[in-house]
Amino acid sequence: MTDYLLLLVAAIFVNNIILAQYLGNCPFLGCSTRIDTAIGMAMAVVFVVVMACAATWIVEEYLLVPFDLEYLETIAFILVIAALVQFVEMFLQKSVPALYQALGIYLPLITTNCAVLGIAILAVQNKYDFVKTLVYSFAASVGYGIALIILTGIRERSATAPIPVHLRGTSIGLITVGLLALAFLGFAGLAG
Amino acid sequence: MTLTQEFTKGLWKEIPPFRLVLGICATLAVTTSAKNGIGMGVATTFVLVFSNLLISMLRKFIPRNVRIAAFIVIIASFVVLAELYMQAYAYPLYKALGIFVPLIVVNCIILGRAEAFASKNPVLPSLADGLGIGIGFTISLFVVGGIREIIGHGTLFSVPVMWSSFKPFGVMLKPPGAFLCLGLILALMNFISSRKKG
Repeated sequence: MTDYLLLLVAAIFVNNIILAQYLGNCPFLGCSTRIDTAIGMAMAVVFVVVMACAATWIVEEYLLVPFDLEYLETIAFILVIAALVQFVEMFLQKSVPALYQALGIYLPLITTNCAVLGIAILAVQNKYDFVKTLVYSFAASVGYGIALIILTGIRERSATAPIPVHLRGTSIGLITVGLLALAFLGFAGLAG
Repeated sequence: MTLTQEFTKGLWKEIPPFRLVLGICATLAVTTSAKNGIGMGVATTFVLVFSNLLISMLRKFIPRNVRIAAFIVIIASFVVLAELYMQAYAYPLYKALGIFVPLIVVNCIILGRAEAFASKNPVLPSLADGLGIGIGFTISLFVVGGIREIIGHGTLFSVPVMWSSFKPFGVMLKPPGAFLCLGLILALMNFISSRKKG
């Protein structure tokens, strides 16, 4: 039990997927200007990442390893993720339209998000079993969501602040993320 | 646009990640030293040039509604080639770049250029575009990597370049330093552009 708790804390805070491992920057900077966009994106990321990691773990365990095809990991994973997102989008559109309304526009964006492929590869690299992979992918994507929502809150507030003209836009966004990353550095060593 | 213009636009006007705000993940993660930055830039340029080439050659045959999947397959194949080559002939670089070598496949620059340019233009301009943007990206990675290495380590290409009593700012090699550095460079580029215009 403590194993999983440690895994959760480590993945959300100590090794935060965006603030410590640099994964998932493009949508991070793009979707962090309004809080409702950010919440939608965060939920979509958790949704896609957990399913993608489950699928890629199964592919690795039952397809790549037994046939000695690990070198095809990259191409296999990205195809699985792309196909999965496509099917999920179609399924949601038909059967759970409310969820599709909430998450729909972010799903194609997430396919090429380095966070999804990154978390999938990290889970496999760390040699987690299936349950640990699910916990890890859930925790990592929740960490991403938390960082995204905090950043959006800050950017919304500072939208009316007098920012020097050359720092406006992406520049001040990056500096804000940097300060957030500095704050999260304080978690280092928490999970041993 | 002429062929040379297609090539040179990647070197300033549309240089990633500063003007063309793409490929930020890779820029932040691998620029802990100038050498790693250049290594990553070369690998990305290789994939960008060849995938632009192939996608441009096949652009009339790829159906519109499966084009993203087709691009990803083509790009992923070249990334696997680059991965295997690095594992064989540049292993220390491969270890230093870690997870970001397979992540070249989702580098927004490559998919972005495929979608915005290579799928709509003939072979030679696509080649020029890929080369220009790839080299521009390599230069940017070198600049960011160099700054982070000089301030965070006191060395450039492992050669000490700061005065002997210089205490390196270790935070530059960590994520906060990366984000701050990139944000400030972007502001500097905005400043230079506005000076050029006005």
